[in-house]
Amino acid sequence: MGVAETVPEYEAGWQENVFSVLKAHGVKHIVYVPDAGHSTAIKLAEADNEIQSVVLTTEEEGIGYLAGAWLGGERGALLMQSSGVGNCINTLALPAVARFPLLMVVTMRGDWAEFNGWQNPMGQATEKALNLMGVMTWRADEPAEVEPLLHGAASMAFNGDSSCALLLGQRLIGEKKWLK
Amino acid sequence: MAQVTGGTLDRRAVVARLLEGRKDLLVVTGLGSASYDVMAAGDHDNNYYLWAAMGSAAMVGLGLARAQPDKSVVVITGDGEMLMGFGAIATIALQKPANLSIVVLDNGHFGETGMQISHAGRGIDLERVAEICGFSWTRAIKDMAAVDDLKPRLSTRDGTKFVTVKIRPENPPRVLPPRDGAYIKNRFRAALGHAPI
Repeated sequence: MGVAETVPEYEAGWQENVFSVLKAHGVKHIVYVPDAGHSTAIKLAEADNEIQSVVLTTEEEGIGYLAGAWLGGERGALLMQSSGVGNCINTLALPAVARFPLLMVVTMRGDWAEFNGWQNPMGQATEKALNLMGVMTWRADEPAEVEPLLHGAASMAFNGDSSCALLLGQRLIGEKKWLK
Repeated sequence: MAQVTGGTLDRRAVVARLLEGRKDLLVVTGLGSASYDVMAAGDHDNNYYLWAAMGSAAMVGLGLARAQPDKSVVVITGDGEMLMGFGAIATIALQKPANLSIVVLDNGHFGETGMQISHAGRGIDLERVAEICGFSWTRAIKDMAAVDDLKPRLSTRDGTKFVTVKIRPENPPRVLPPRDGAYIKNRFRAALGHAPI
């Protein structure tokens, strides 16, 4: 029995914006652990011959990958869910100490109107955990905020050799609908 | 699963042989002894040494290989470091970069922390994991003749390769690479023609 999960309906537009901002910043590698909130960007990345898209088994793999791509002269971004931030903590030492640019786009759970309370501890700790490890953060709760905030984060990551994360709030993504 | 703890090869001799006369090989090292082994073979602008982020060496190699498809990339790491990035074997197997080789110096132990026996030393054959995941060329290397056979394959860029080299569980004197991560990053990038920001 249990509950079935349905993919929420998204505001058209901001998901495409995530991809177009990354493209505009010269991102050549999009590495990800899937999330419904990133599905459009992932689809667009997979279909783009100029982008290397890499599915990961766990989020910290993306930090190593993007460091390697930057050693080779290319930019990338890591798409992930907030639960994966916990997986990244120790590996965030690499961009912090070696000053690799790191751009993360993080869809939030345990953030607003969360049905599954098991998501709440990591969701509530996500931004603080990133900040503790030296990652600068911004959060978007409205569709119109995504493009300028991601542009800002990408600019500061690639122009400042810095770790930057844009958090996409649960209010933006939409309340996840659960059906009995 | 048979318990085989490492082997008889001398880690420093193996790494020195693999890197001797290197041309445009790009080398990423896992933290700990593998970094010391590569440093002992001679510091080089084309080396990137990891000092932390355990489990990341193979993924740094993957990102580098994808950004530099016309160069040969070699990851040299230990069995413990590779075990922490176990999932990376699956991720890399899906990408199949033709120019990436992963060389695991396998002594079957966590050498840096007191020589506790690792999963590799308790019977997990990492090269067989890589083979099952789909790496195009995998071997367990147990003698110097096989090291000599491997050496030219690191530069052929004809498939994703994964080897375990069965080395003696011992810690030779440390030869420390530079610890300034930003310095070795910028040095590495400069050697490829990329300016700092």
